[in-house]
Amino acid sequence: MISFDFQYERPESIEEAVQAFQRADSAGLEPIYYSGGTEIISMARLNLLRTGAVIDIKGIPECNVMAVRQDRFVIGSAITLTNVVEANLYPLLSETSRNVADFTNRNKITIGGNLCGKFYYREALLPFLLADSQVVLAGAGGLRQVPIDLVMNGEPRLEKGELLVQIISEARYLALPFITVKKTKQEKIDYPIVRVTGLRAAEGIRMAFSGVSEAAFRSRELEEVLNDTALPVQERIEVAIRRWPYPILNDILSSAAYRTFVLRNTLTDAMEALERRRL
Amino acid sequence: MNGHPGSVKFEIELLVNDKSHHAAIRAADTLLRVLREHLGLTGAKAGCENGDCGACTVHVDGVPIKSCMMLAIEARGSRIATIEGLRNTPIQQAFVDHFAFQCGFCTPGFIMVCHALAEHRPKAGDDVIQEWLQSNICRCTSYEEIGAAIKSVLRWQG
Repeated sequence: MISFDFQYERPESIEEAVQAFQRADSAGLEPIYYSGGTEIISMARLNLLRTGAVIDIKGIPECNVMAVRQDRFVIGSAITLTNVVEANLYPLLSETSRNVADFTNRNKITIGGNLCGKFYYREALLPFLLADSQVVLAGAGGLRQVPIDLVMNGEPRLEKGELLVQIISEARYLALPFITVKKTKQEKIDYPIVRVTGLRAAEGIRMAFSGVSEAAFRSRELEEVLNDTALPVQERIEVAIRRWPYPILNDILSSAAYRTFVLRNTLTDAMEALERRRL
Repeated sequence: MNGHPGSVKFEIELLVNDKSHHAAIRAADTLLRVLREHLGLTGAKAGCENGDCGACTVHVDGVPIKSCMMLAIEARGSRIATIEGLRNTPIQQAFVDHFAFQCGFCTPGFIMVCHALAEHRPKAGDDVIQEWLQSNICRCTSYEEIGAAIKSVLRWQG
């Protein structure tokens, strides 16, 4: 059971949600936005998270949108991963979401929770980084739309009290050739030792990563290396690994040396696959 | 209806197995705890309470959900179905026919997932069956028998 109590609110508009957050924050309740809630419940039960106010965003219409409109793919933060997989509007996102946790948990886990949670895997973030998506954020100053790269690449950098409402991607990215590979220690649904996602865009290969380090990220510097056709593919991969922007994890799932070994092999496979799927 | 910080409880109405139930709960109470401790519906089992084992699986608006991963207050206004609400379904008989359990602790969760699978995906192939059943763990390792049980129901429906 969760050992502490909190206030629960389920606003029906963005404005109500932001106001509820501000009220609770002013009262010193350290509020949090709540969508699927699986991570919040797990951490609260273990006393790894405390809050005095939970603001459930599932009643907000804008957070429940998923559609392609006027060459834009719009997805609300309260859409579950199961719905993402079944709708399959952005195949790279669907395939990447498919093994994020098990099926029943995916009925509860939402896009917003996966992107904004404390766990650093954030696998559903990677397809949006590759598509140069924009995020719609709601805060005390109203709505703002910014590149996802600015506020999510590496780690979430939302301002206090800001609510992730939607993610918007240009439709031209939805049908590009892609690859998404998840390597785990044991079960398909475990956290990844290595997750590599790649898109073949007109200007070259784009790649984003999770599980290798304590951050889910896309790096332009690494992409420059991986697209440097002056070098053989294997050498590009070695350079990319040497220039990895974060320490490679050494934890209970895998040693850093084994993770590097898996990363090298996965990158090799991914590069070959994307070469075969050239436009 | 909002809860309040502190130990304040409030009354909530839940629709479980087509019956209206009232309970005085905390906002922090999970659906699992409310079903078991307030409504006396102990079919959903408290296994890991971490979303891993699936022993607490119920249906919320027809969708299998781990009740340890949902606040009871979230379920307000939804139709909840627990193992106690299933009567003489093909999957229950199939579990008996195929000896698809040993200790039985995980059985309610597996049956709820299998029942939902039969309802939503009656023509499911092996990949879909495996994907859905990955949500649940059987420490007695009755996986072969559970797989045979669900396949017999899917065939039966087809």
